[in-house]
Amino acid sequence: MKRTIPALLLLAALLTVNYTVQAQCKGFAKKICKQELTPYIHDGNYHAAILTEGEEAELYKTFYSGQNYRIAVCGAEPLTKIEFQVIDAYKNLLYDNRDHNNVMSWDFKLDASQQLKIVIKVPVTNKQAEYPFSSCVAIMFGFKEK
Amino acid sequence: MDLKNFTIRIFHALFLFLLIAALPSCKSDKSKEKGKEVSLDEFISGEDIFDDIDKAKKIFYSLPSPLETAMLIKSAGADYNEQLLNPLQNVEKYTTNKSMALNLGIYTTDLSFCSLFDQTQTSLNYMDATRKLAEGMDIKDAIDEETMIRLEENLNNRDVVMDIISETFLNSSSYLKENERQAVAAIVLVGGWVEGLYLATQLVGEKPLEGNKLVDRIAEQKLSFSIVDRMLEDNKVNEKGEQNVDIVNLMNELQGLRNAYSKIIVQTSAVKVEPNDQTNVTTLKSQTKITVTQDAFNELQNAVNSLRTNFIL
Repeated sequence: MKRTIPALLLLAALLTVNYTVQAQCKGFAKKICKQELTPYIHDGNYHAAILTEGEEAELYKTFYSGQNYRIAVCGAEPLTKIEFQVIDAYKNLLYDNRDHNNVMSWDFKLDASQQLKIVIKVPVTNKQAEYPFSSCVAIMFGFKEK
Repeated sequence: MDLKNFTIRIFHALFLFLLIAALPSCKSDKSKEKGKEVSLDEFISGEDIFDDIDKAKKIFYSLPSPLETAMLIKSAGADYNEQLLNPLQNVEKYTTNKSMALNLGIYTTDLSFCSLFDQTQTSLNYMDATRKLAEGMDIKDAIDEETMIRLEENLNNRDVVMDIISETFLNSSSYLKENERQAVAAIVLVGGWVEGLYLATQLVGEKPLEGNKLVDRIAEQKLSFSIVDRMLEDNKVNEKGEQNVDIVNLMNELQGLRNAYSKIIVQTSAVKVEPNDQTNVTTLKSQTKITVTQDAFNELQNAVNSLRTNFIL
């Protein structure tokens, strides 16, 4: 019994923290990251998750010719410098935001529709830290007609 | 074990897990060489992009949202036809989780479609149907009274209307995902995507396939269909290892569409990057080869029609 109560309390605390962080993630995507898309129209899709320093994520999407797109990849404090790369089906690197001062967005259009992969990396900021930082990372897409 | 020791052990275990999860990022990847010469004359099919999926990473699959789907149909030169929309009175019929989720996607695509063609009263009616379904699915605050009033006040401002639709869809999908209902969110997306296909295939009518932009758009959805398959596969089993019957059934129902798309060929060349410092908009230059015979198109049209009929019944 002595062990069960603290364990349950900790579990409840972790679940509460997880729920709160998830809710913050939604708020972050909606209120902060979505602003990065202006003047493009947000497509309405929600792609966000809690990521930890050193972690990577991938997103697959088909982009269509005849439209202009903006990709925005944002990290909530303290993960503000998120790296992202765009790769085609031939595994060619098309864009790397590290070559552009880690900017949060990239605008592009396509001559022909393509499936692309977006690779998101959360760099480790402080290698001396006891535990790596975790926070919300959102990937959002805006579009407009050419 | 006291609480302090227990907490330390939990954090150590968590740290170890994160370390293992991060390991794949350490591998070298020499195949990704930016700026290497690419040929626009070589073609591959869309599946190749999934070759090196690393399951240890967080994977997102993104389908065209209802709003993007409607935009793609309109920009391909399609006309508006209200008769094709899912009738509003059907909203009362949907009582199961799966039918509500599919039709939330379907009504959101219909709403996007009529809004893009400035059908103001119809847009309001479809927003209301969408609200009813979202409430039925216990999605809190996706579309509230304030949203309805804002829509009513801005019906003649298409940009605001699109922003409202985008926001309501974001509210629904984020609510489902943060409440561990990812599978339901996936079904909503599939419903919306199939509705887009239905509208597009019906709007082709008797027009010739050759040089038809709408037919090309429909064929190109083969690229998104491979994402549909993977997204559903990812949601087939939940974290407890239990199979999601709705997802399994949906995957089976999509077999007709899968067969039809297997007869349509869509190949893409590699991409050549052309940045533009003036506009800051990069052009991705590439080519697509699309082969659709009349028989293959008819089969696809029938498969979509039958699938969508089952969804809205």
